[in-house]
Amino acid sequence: MRQFFAFVAKEFRHIFRDRLTTAILLGLPILMLFLFGFAITTEVKNIRLAVYAPAPDDATRAIVDRLAANDYFILSRTLADPSQIQDVFARGEVGLAVVFSENFQEEMLHTGAAQVELIADGTDPNTAKTLVNYAQNIIAGYQQELLRDASVPFLIIPEVKLLYNPSMKGAYNFVPGVMGMILLLVCAMMTSISIAREKETGTMEVLLVSPVRPLQIILAKTVPYFVISVIDLATILLMAVYVLGVPIAGSLALLIGTALIYIFMSLALGILISSIANTQSTALLISGMAMMLPVIMLSGMIFPIETMPWPLQWLSQAVPAKWFIAAVRKIMIRGLDFESVRKELAVLSGMAVFLIAASLKRHRTRLE
Amino acid sequence: MLRYLLEKEFKQFGRNKFLPRMVFMFPFVSLLVFPLVANFDVRDMNLSIVDHDHSPMSRRLTQKASASGYFRVTQVADSYERALRGIEDDTADIILEIPSGFERDMVRQRSAAVMIAANTVNGTRGGLGSAYLAGIVNDYAGELRAELMASSGRLVTPSFDIIQRYRFNPHLEYRVFMVPAIMVMLLTMMCGFLPALNIVGEKEKGTIEQMNVTPVRRFEFILAKLIPYWVVGFVALNICFFVAWAFYGLTPVGGVGTIYLFASVFVLAVSGLGLVISNFAKTIQQAMFMMFFFVVTMIFLGGLYTPVASMPDWAQRISDFLPLKYFIIVMRSVYLKGSHVTDMLQPLTALACFAVGLNALAVVSYRKRS
Repeated sequence: MRQFFAFVAKEFRHIFRDRLTTAILLGLPILMLFLFGFAITTEVKNIRLAVYAPAPDDATRAIVDRLAANDYFILSRTLADPSQIQDVFARGEVGLAVVFSENFQEEMLHTGAAQVELIADGTDPNTAKTLVNYAQNIIAGYQQELLRDASVPFLIIPEVKLLYNPSMKGAYNFVPGVMGMILLLVCAMMTSISIAREKETGTMEVLLVSPVRPLQIILAKTVPYFVISVIDLATILLMAVYVLGVPIAGSLALLIGTALIYIFMSLALGILISSIANTQSTALLISGMAMMLPVIMLSGMIFPIETMPWPLQWLSQAVPAKWFIAAVRKIMIRGLDFESVRKELAVLSGMAVFLIAASLKRHRTRLE
Repeated sequence: MLRYLLEKEFKQFGRNKFLPRMVFMFPFVSLLVFPLVANFDVRDMNLSIVDHDHSPMSRRLTQKASASGYFRVTQVADSYERALRGIEDDTADIILEIPSGFERDMVRQRSAAVMIAANTVNGTRGGLGSAYLAGIVNDYAGELRAELMASSGRLVTPSFDIIQRYRFNPHLEYRVFMVPAIMVMLLTMMCGFLPALNIVGEKEKGTIEQMNVTPVRRFEFILAKLIPYWVVGFVALNICFFVAWAFYGLTPVGGVGTIYLFASVFVLAVSGLGLVISNFAKTIQQAMFMMFFFVVTMIFLGGLYTPVASMPDWAQRISDFLPLKYFIIVMRSVYLKGSHVTDMLQPLTALACFAVGLNALAVVSYRKRS
């Protein structure tokens, strides 16, 4: 046992000697959470507005005032001619143009044939849809007020309830994803590179002739990365709760249990990769191409799986991080219990057992 | 001198088994796969309907919702709790609950309420979905109002229509938005990563020592590393044009020349960044991590997926220093809106500053002795 701990101590020294890598391993989760938690929001605000009213009257002014009084929009241009619309869009000056029909108020009161056109810059589809929806709701509020004055209310009032994430923060969606990515990066990628480095520099041979059992050498390699990943996990959870304001809605014990299964699975994956790769760059390439890419693209951490075509959806079933992220979203964000994550946990545990078995079987005690 | 150095770089590049293939394959693969994956389109949401009223009016409302094209009715539940369970096991995304007495209230009190509950773990999807559904409910109220007016023969009430129109991308296709930006990401990865790995590779192999004892000047050395990736960038860009045209039917509304002009400056800027990183990194692993850090920051703060305008102020200040941000704006403007160079003088100046600044830093930070 003393030998084992001596090996673990050696591994820690290896890691901490490389200051840059240590800083990245411990700092990356913080950076990612800041980026995803604060910077990535699909919230729409401060959209610049251009207005074209051929004949300004009380009604058009009332509508424009209502739009401009809102946080979402800033009135930036009043156009004199409809041909200017193309120009302001081409220069990216405005996001939405509001165009009124001729004699707006007259038509509105007497024939009902008045029109407001909401022209959005459709380059970014979701922003365009969101801001047109906002503008439409604001104008619909004005319409309802008109009706109330005319005492013809015929309304259906939709009460909207936003479940789990009432303020629609991006962080709620991304924190589980960042966890899935960082843990895999630390456990699988770093473990595989560090074992491959011993092979590449030839020191593995020296270790293998020592009285320590080969399995212990490999296990000692994984201990520091296990510790680092637990520190990263704690960092992510503390930051999520205290900095980003994402509460842990479900059971903390269940959440940690899920994370531990995932960490063990990732470590096994790292060992498996290192048993295939003999050099650092091969290990890096395998873990980068075969692991990080699928995790970033197919795990649902950023890109929603439900909008992908079916072959990719099908492929995503094989990505462990997909199951982990789904489970964490259910436990941490939605506060669901063990019953509802049984499937995810079963798949993750199955993958973990399979990978641990495969890595032990493939692990050879001798070099060629 | 420069000619020989360039000859060496191109020979080394051609001799490598992996690199030339990557330059051709990478644009193909990523332009074909990425737009399929990065699709934030909100369509086909799973709708669960809880109808306590079972009246002709409530049935018409549910039909209107399912015929809208945005929703797929996957569940008809008899209680809200049952529907909520559908949300918990992900068979439903959004609930429409119609209370009992809905039709009675509409007829007698001329107003009634319905309840919409959406899963907003993914804020965009939940938010847009509930906004669509609320819009459908409002439309339906308008329809009922018009019918009532017609039957009671009353005078016209004050009203107007709201028309929605989308410029440049009338069908709001997500890939039209993504493809030009993915080209930018691709150029960043190829022209940023490759030069960084190149110099660090020389360091690890030790061949840089041989370089250092030759009379080659620092400026020439950096220039010889820079030019091949400039060429690589242009080859990749043309492949991108081809793939966008062949598979997505996308051609730039504006001039190809405009894109070439901006691309030539942008590629210099990111290659410069790659060279600076390679001067500071000692091993390939360090260089990869540093590149990963920069690329992740640039991709997420540069407005590739989410609009820069909705970021908090500090993030917008940072994004001002990212070359990627300017080139993404340029590519989208030229491809979709047909903007001219004169519309985009500010991004051009910014990119030129990055190109000069980063490459100067690369020359200065390259040391011939360690």
